[in-house]
Amino acid sequence: MNAKEIIAKRAAQEFKDGMVVNLGFGIPILAGNNIPEGVNVTLQSENGMLNFGATAPIGEDDPCMCSAGGAPIKELAGCSVFNLDTSFLIIRGGHVDMTMLGALEVDQMGNIANWAMPYGEGKYGPGMGGAMDLLAGAKKVLVTTTHTTKGGDSKILKKCTLPLSAAGVVKVIVTELAFMEVTEEGLVLKEVAPGVSVEEVLAKTEAELIVPENVGVMKF
Amino acid sequence: MAKIMDMKSAIGEFVKPGSTVMFGGFLGCNAPLKAIDEIIEEGIGDLTAISTVNSFTNSDIGLLFDNNLIKKFIASHIGTNKVAVQQYKSGQIEMEYYPQGTLIEKIRCAGAGLGGVLTPTGLGTLVEEGKEKKVVDGKEYLLETALGADVAIIKGFKADKAGNILYSGTANANPIMATAAKVTIAEVEEIVEVGEIPSSDVGTPGIFVDAICMGYDADKYRDAIREMCKSVGIYR
Repeated sequence: MNAKEIIAKRAAQEFKDGMVVNLGFGIPILAGNNIPEGVNVTLQSENGMLNFGATAPIGEDDPCMCSAGGAPIKELAGCSVFNLDTSFLIIRGGHVDMTMLGALEVDQMGNIANWAMPYGEGKYGPGMGGAMDLLAGAKKVLVTTTHTTKGGDSKILKKCTLPLSAAGVVKVIVTELAFMEVTEEGLVLKEVAPGVSVEEVLAKTEAELIVPENVGVMKF
Repeated sequence: MAKIMDMKSAIGEFVKPGSTVMFGGFLGCNAPLKAIDEIIEEGIGDLTAISTVNSFTNSDIGLLFDNNLIKKFIASHIGTNKVAVQQYKSGQIEMEYYPQGTLIEKIRCAGAGLGGVLTPTGLGTLVEEGKEKKVVDGKEYLLETALGADVAIIKGFKADKAGNILYSGTANANPIMATAAKVTIAEVEEIVEVGEIPSSDVGTPGIFVDAICMGYDADKYRDAIREMCKSVGIYR
């Protein structure tokens, strides 16, 4: 498994039967392809849809039924569509049980930065889209991210340096090296990936990581 | 009262250089593609565009950036469109971000006669800068004020001759924008007699619609989405 597959498969184990879930782009969508057997979740799309399926192949595509990523999608039984204000009522109002999304940075206080890279003096992008509302309203926030940047710098920090998307909301961080939980005591290392040592995780993590006596190993 | 107009006349009458225009649609889906083409044809510029998100380059409202017709963009996201990002970085366009759920509530407020809403979204971020905070029942919120426009351009599936709109699929921001501007132009694929749209299927009552305009035929919208999806690798 490559890094993204490890993250997606471990994150997917957090889907629980009956959950309403909103998935960000990239790894979270991959996690959505790995929902454990027997677990039924209802997917919510920010552009106004519940209970949708895979991308519709050409020939079955309806240009009026698209995902938040722009792809025409298939409806599942029980699918519903609604206006954008209702969609964000669902998101902000606490009716989404879990959101999985990516991050530029995440820190040991549960802060997350995923919308604003510097675009020059006082300018930022690409924009928050629906992420800030999800972070404010979802009951559980799970961040999927590679542990380090391409340059090898830790993305799991003591304190985010980029503009925040939300403060103190992240509950779980899943990387290709570790499964971590944000607790009142701090960031706790709960599991390491198979073949990864606690020392390696510590060496690649800028945040202060609490290491309990027993650290589990991810099971796939 | 709603009247049937050809798109050229409606755009010419209501969209002026410097206008603030809301565009319905979400990454090309249920977007008013004919109205956008007409604005480009007429070269109406210096526009302030309000849209939920941006689109990809060379499609939907992305074409307005490609043609240098935008002065300011108010949205939750710009990053899908490299041309727009470059124009923002170079100072050609101004950018005003709102979280998507906040943006749609601001628009809803403009239509609903509300001064604003209290939302927890954006607390502790750059979004809260310069905004009033209120504590209600011990919880903190940001005050976000109403956002209207000169013109809303929406895309419906069918309209009857009284302007009642039937949407198909994900209507996204269209029904909310329809309430929030001084003038609403509805682009549709079919115009039917009054009474042909069942009352319970009306997504936007006709009182909100000023101009009913025929858009393209269904194939054109389908092909536009297919082309967009091919250009970004969703379809091969």
